[in-house]
Amino acid sequence: MKNRTFFWFILPSLITMLLFIALPIVSVVVQSLHIEHEAILNEVENCGPFGCKKELVIDVKETAKLKDERPLGRFNGLGTYTNRNHLAFTEIRHAWKLSNGVADFVSKSLNLPFYRALAFTLTYTFIVTPLVLMFGFLIALGVNSLPKYIKGPTIFVSLLPMIVTPLIGSLILFWMIDAQGIVGSILQKIFDDPNLSLKASPLLTWIMLMVYGVWHSSPFAFIVFYAGLQTVPSDTIEAAMIDGASRWERTKYVVLPHLMPLTMFILLIQLMDNFRVFEPIVGFSAQANATSLSWIIYNDISNNEDQFFGSAGATSVLTIIGVSILLIPVLIRTWHDFNRKVI
Amino acid sequence: MFLKTITFAGAFALLGSTAIANCGISSGNVSILSNDFPAIQAVTAEAAKCAGNGVTVESNLTKDHKDIMVAALTANPSQYSSVIVSNSTLVTLMNDGLVQSLDDLVAKHGAGLNKSQLITVDGKIMAVAFMANAQHLFTRTDILEKAGIKEIPGTYEGVIAAAETIRSAGLMEYPVALNTKAGWNLGEEFVNMYMGTGAELFTSGTAEVAINNDHGIATLNMLKSLVAYSNPDFLTYDSNATQAEWEAGNLALATMWGSRGGAVLDGEGSADGVSSNTVLTAAPTWGNDTRPASTLWWDGIGISTNVSDADAEATFIAMMKGISSDMVKANNDAAVWLIEGYEASAASAGVAGTAANGAAPYPMLPFMGTLHGALGGEISDFLQGTESAEQALADVEAAYTTAAKEKGFLK
Repeated sequence: MKNRTFFWFILPSLITMLLFIALPIVSVVVQSLHIEHEAILNEVENCGPFGCKKELVIDVKETAKLKDERPLGRFNGLGTYTNRNHLAFTEIRHAWKLSNGVADFVSKSLNLPFYRALAFTLTYTFIVTPLVLMFGFLIALGVNSLPKYIKGPTIFVSLLPMIVTPLIGSLILFWMIDAQGIVGSILQKIFDDPNLSLKASPLLTWIMLMVYGVWHSSPFAFIVFYAGLQTVPSDTIEAAMIDGASRWERTKYVVLPHLMPLTMFILLIQLMDNFRVFEPIVGFSAQANATSLSWIIYNDISNNEDQFFGSAGATSVLTIIGVSILLIPVLIRTWHDFNRKVI
Repeated sequence: MFLKTITFAGAFALLGSTAIANCGISSGNVSILSNDFPAIQAVTAEAAKCAGNGVTVESNLTKDHKDIMVAALTANPSQYSSVIVSNSTLVTLMNDGLVQSLDDLVAKHGAGLNKSQLITVDGKIMAVAFMANAQHLFTRTDILEKAGIKEIPGTYEGVIAAAETIRSAGLMEYPVALNTKAGWNLGEEFVNMYMGTGAELFTSGTAEVAINNDHGIATLNMLKSLVAYSNPDFLTYDSNATQAEWEAGNLALATMWGSRGGAVLDGEGSADGVSSNTVLTAAPTWGNDTRPASTLWWDGIGISTNVSDADAEATFIAMMKGISSDMVKANNDAAVWLIEGYEASAASAGVAGTAANGAAPYPMLPFMGTLHGALGGEISDFLQGTESAEQALADVEAAYTTAAKEKGFLK
């Protein structure tokens, strides 16, 4: 394609990307560098059905003046990034000085909201992603070897977890694993422990969220792998069979290398998706035991009475940085593959 | 064509006159944003009767009203002409100047209001309250009787003793519940319990938080002793969950919202014998203080700043219809109404008792929401036993201070 043609071809999507991806990110970055104006407080008397009381209120007129002058608020530089509710540099330094041993330091760091969320987010990403790849591949192999007439229904059923909206899926599981739900009460019977609760202990909550994550995302990996399996050249397979390769050897030496680019693709998407884990935490009401970076952003903006746009912006930027770091190895590999092919 | 217009106009005029007879408004757009529970449904349904010929009444009742109200009212003209506010949401809206003073409207159209319904801030009426709410004790008298307990406990120490008796009698393993879902609900339980110590949450006249003290530690320990008798899933319990557990007959002593009382007592959806044996009483006291460990809430009407005067007036009149004595007569047990004509019932005994015993109102402070959020996020570790009370309070203080700085409340 000529460069000119290519340019006109890509222009519409370039414009949408600028408008709906690049600009919002710039605005988030700008927002994260600002905090609200100093509140001007007056003491007044508030009265209501339960009597009167002297309380502080915000002086709306004076505050409006400040907001008109500088609508973004006060410039705070990287202050929001380094404060206690985010990277917490001071607290981390403090913990390092005061802690006796690495374990103590880690436990002190995990007491800070950002690091606690990061710990769960990373654990979730690195456990769920490989499991999704593995299960997706195994299901695809299984479905591929089914007789034709039950293939269709099987594919449909296998895709269900992905079709169900994440929040609804997690809510359904949440009720099933309740102590009185079908899964919860069966587990209590199996382990003979009437107090067993998947929602109560942090470890079990983490496991539950990850099981949900694998359940929800495997169909995506499955359908991509299944599509890939249809393109495996049959003559290579036949040649391998003639050479006496077992089913396992054929999978390992022919099918897997053939599907490598797809594996990279799924890996890329899953790393991004899992790093942004959010819905199951809300659906499972798991915030006491597990929080993620995305959940912190949500909590800053819409879980409480107040909205913290600066905080939410800072966490968003940190999430973007986190995703980029995770993806760099995968992208480098893809780049090398691409170059090799070009040569 | 001309004739047709005339006929139409006449027909509208006729219809209009009936509307005027009902509400006294002939034009205007009324749109209401509010929380969603039976009492508010009754109010908005009554206000909606003003609709017709030139008057539109729309309402959006949603649990997520808090998330959208600031954005919706910042728009000019505002998306909603009225918001049903409470102690806490009124402050959020006032912080940005999004609700207007109702002095003129009350003088013109508020003749039937009780003086106690008027929420005034610095002498200006900012909202008109119509119902009161508070968390208080729900008790299953049949279970208490079986366990040999004669009186409904009036203190949380009594609640714990009763729970222990019920447990050791083998009646229930987890007889107690509070709305302890991590987040807003758990924060509210801390505030309630802390209020029972008689102490203040903030250093007077400043935004400095003052909970990191003996009162705070005692509060946390009391909460922990209570949740020891709660189902291990307690950190996932919100109002819907506790009500369901109660109606299923799994609880004997619970601290729940007064606004759930009507639904629990109506017998619908409850297991046999639950409703008939449920008694609502005032929130317990604890320690050496006599102030009930609860906060008093009101729900009321606020009118947006960014609407035309005509719409504001139409909205106010429609809302007055919504909170009229007729509405109360038809829905007496749906809430503890502050409106003329309300008759106390078994469902209101808890809230009324809590107020009569001198519970404190939930503070209307600009930085209260920030503290509430910090509490809800930081104290669950302590309740799970992975952190000391001192550490939990230090965390709350640090989280609040950081957030309050971002909000400009602290330097």
